[in-house]
Amino acid sequence: MSGVRLLVGTRKGGFVLTSDGKRDDWKVEGPLFAGWEIFHMKGSPVDQDRLYASQSTGWHGQVVQRSDDGGKNWEPVGNEFAYEGVPGTHQWYDGTQHPWEFARIWHLEPSLNDPDTVYAGVEDAALFRSVDGGHTWQELAGLRGHKTGEHWQPGAGGLCLHTILIHPDDPQRIVVAISAAGTFRTDDGGETWQPINRGLRSRELPDEEREVGHCVHRIAMNTSRPDTLFMQKHWHVMRSDDGGDSWQKVSGNLPSDFGFPITVHPHEPETVYVVPIESDSEHVPPEGKLRVYRSKEGGNEWEALTKGLPQEHCYVNVLRDAMDVDDLDPGGVYFGTTGGQVYGSPNGGDSWTAIVRDLPAVLSVEAQTLP
Amino acid sequence: MIRVVLPQHLRTLARVDGEIDITVAGPATQRTVLDALETSYPMLRGTIRDHGTAKRRDFIRFFACGQDITLEPIDDPLPEEVASGKEVFRVVGAMAGG
Repeated sequence: MSGVRLLVGTRKGGFVLTSDGKRDDWKVEGPLFAGWEIFHMKGSPVDQDRLYASQSTGWHGQVVQRSDDGGKNWEPVGNEFAYEGVPGTHQWYDGTQHPWEFARIWHLEPSLNDPDTVYAGVEDAALFRSVDGGHTWQELAGLRGHKTGEHWQPGAGGLCLHTILIHPDDPQRIVVAISAAGTFRTDDGGETWQPINRGLRSRELPDEEREVGHCVHRIAMNTSRPDTLFMQKHWHVMRSDDGGDSWQKVSGNLPSDFGFPITVHPHEPETVYVVPIESDSEHVPPEGKLRVYRSKEGGNEWEALTKGLPQEHCYVNVLRDAMDVDDLDPGGVYFGTTGGQVYGSPNGGDSWTAIVRDLPAVLSVEAQTLP
Repeated sequence: MIRVVLPQHLRTLARVDGEIDITVAGPATQRTVLDALETSYPMLRGTIRDHGTAKRRDFIRFFACGQDITLEPIDDPLPEEVASGKEVFRVVGAMAGG
């Protein structure tokens, strides 16, 4: 019988949550790497027992862990992330230039066809790739070397590359997103990159429609329609139907269009999920009600999903990498909160249950659909 | 033989309990001890000092014979008690974070 494995990264370790296909009875295992921040864990689409984990602390820096048996055993692999050439500078918060410095891995994205190839999105923003299962890493320096690179400025969470989307039919085509530089795409496997931010408006910028500088929080894609992208920006929910060449606002009737995560239903490419929060200065659900919003029309028309979620006195946040979907039918949706709850819905969001309630603050949730 | 004590997170990462015994070629200094430690336990590379620059990470300190020797020149000989294995070379995660 098929099942689901959730890889949950938290402030104080990683957790693995497993269930059969009914998704009503869950086994919680962990913490893995107790006491370390686990920013992200993700499995290879072609070998589901091949997992990668980003492990770090302020004391000891970055470690990358790899499992070849679905998370039972782990081995530290390479953790040297050297920017190519002379790193140069980017813009700092005060407008001065600041040296590029590696801080941590925000996101690991395994290749769609090779378990030994994996991409790492890092802070300060850069994209690295390993082709030997994580033992060594090479920067795809054309991204950071883009002519706008020296103008990139960190968001409040740092200058982080947090989203990596690989085109399912053309692995040379990759979309990445950086806070607060914006969205970039390569069509040649990472050699050259172009900003794809046309249509984004950020009122925090002197020029609201400038080429770079937008605080993109997250981008999601349904692999059956890879040129349709959905974006949760600092403010505004956006969509693109041309691979990011242009964007349209689809916030519609959301109570707030500020938020972090966004994801797309596994089988319905026009069904999108977001978790609105109050504002840039109040990262909490509006009215203390934790509501996932779902649009079945690809945006603009949104419905609140509340069944099973706390509807009073709830002031947790859901971070950008902390929501995902499984591939079962009906599709399951999962998210984790800064309060340590992981919620799951086996019915596309119609109803929710807390799989686990008292984990450390959740940084990331990845769902694997098991055979 | 040099006896090295790691902080808990690094003992877990290196999969060791208690002290580590390492052999240093030549005089025992901060640099030679850390070089030998990273050779024997490559998973520790980057967690005590940075890759490339070999600069000590900000929240790491080194103690010997009850003294903080972190800021001593890294090529100075370690105390004879450490070099002889009578006392440990201690890697400490500094108190930080409130």
